Amino acid sequence: MTGPATPSRLRTQLPLLVWLVLVWMLLWGTLSWANLVSGAAVALLVTLLLPLPSTTGGTRVRLVGLLDFAGHFLLDLFVSGAQVAWLALRPGLRHSAIVRVQLRTNSDLVLTMVAEALSLVPGSLVLDLDREERSIAVHLLHVRDRDHVEQERADVLVVEARLIRAFGSAEDREALERDLAERGRRVEGTVP
Amino acid sequence: MSAVLDVVSMTCLVAGAFLCLTAGLGLVRFPDVLSRMHAGTKPQVLGVLLVMVGAALRLQGWSNAWMLLLVAAFQMLTAPVSAHMISRVAYRRRHVRRDLLLVDEFGAAPAGDRLYVGDEPGDAPPEEPEIAIAEHVVDDRGPGDGAPRR
Repeated sequence: MTGPATPSRLRTQLPLLVWLVLVWMLLWGTLSWANLVSGAAVALLVTLLLPLPSTTGGTRVRLVGLLDFAGHFLLDLFVSGAQVAWLALRPGLRHSAIVRVQLRTNSDLVLTMVAEALSLVPGSLVLDLDREERSIAVHLLHVRDRDHVEQERADVLVVEARLIRAFGSAEDREALERDLAERGRRVEGTVP
Repeated sequence: MSAVLDVVSMTCLVAGAFLCLTAGLGLVRFPDVLSRMHAGTKPQVLGVLLVMVGAALRLQGWSNAWMLLLVAAFQMLTAPVSAHMISRVAYRRRHVRRDLLLVDEFGAAPAGDRLYVGDEPGDAPPEEPEIAIAEHVVDDRGPGDGAPRR
């Protein structure tokens, strides 16, 4: 509530306000002005009385990236649900693994979304997130061998890349492209 | 039209219920806490989503559909968080079947956890008893009555 910070504060708080009003309206289930006004009042009260800490690293929503992520995510959700259901029914013990993956984003919000998404896509469950190092420890439910572990590790990075393309700031996208280019070069170097 | 809707919603409800059943089965059958949390998130969330879709089709009222949409959204937001918190605690309390782990890059990453001072179960012996005893100032009762199993 400081004077000079008001415009940027409003800008960061606006999505939260919109979300709170939306939840309020969905809870009432009817679209009316009374709901809109009362929802806005409640949202303002909540954000003023219980302010969230500020997040570092901005986000910018891109429609194409968002649709790409949403489509893949929905598909992954079905695949992972079916996969774990099958593993639960199938007899026998399986090997798991815990891997540490170096992420590329430096945005709190994107990191949060990566962690949320990873727990719902096939194979992985977030165990720990190191904010300083930007690395994430992931538990893999079922791995056959080392190659499979590497493949799952690559899948984690693919999920992160999709999220950066959907929500990442300019710096995040740059970091992603740089990392992808570096990886491409490394692969080319090993092929001949 | 209504019949088709009924069939679709019935399929969704049954499939969702079946997935929730497998989630429950997984909770019982998987070998350790971390694996069980997989069962608690993936088939569980998908099952709830399918049940919500089936119910929304059958109830045929926008007011109900919005509420079900909220349930689905919050299920997807909260299930990974709770699973993460539980598995994190489980890992730190060493409820992990290490013999089944092919790779463990997380290791004893949290520094100082080797001594397991404080919040550990009473019957848990140190994983590296010699180091723990050597590094820790041994009190009168020795390393505690939780004698090393190996």
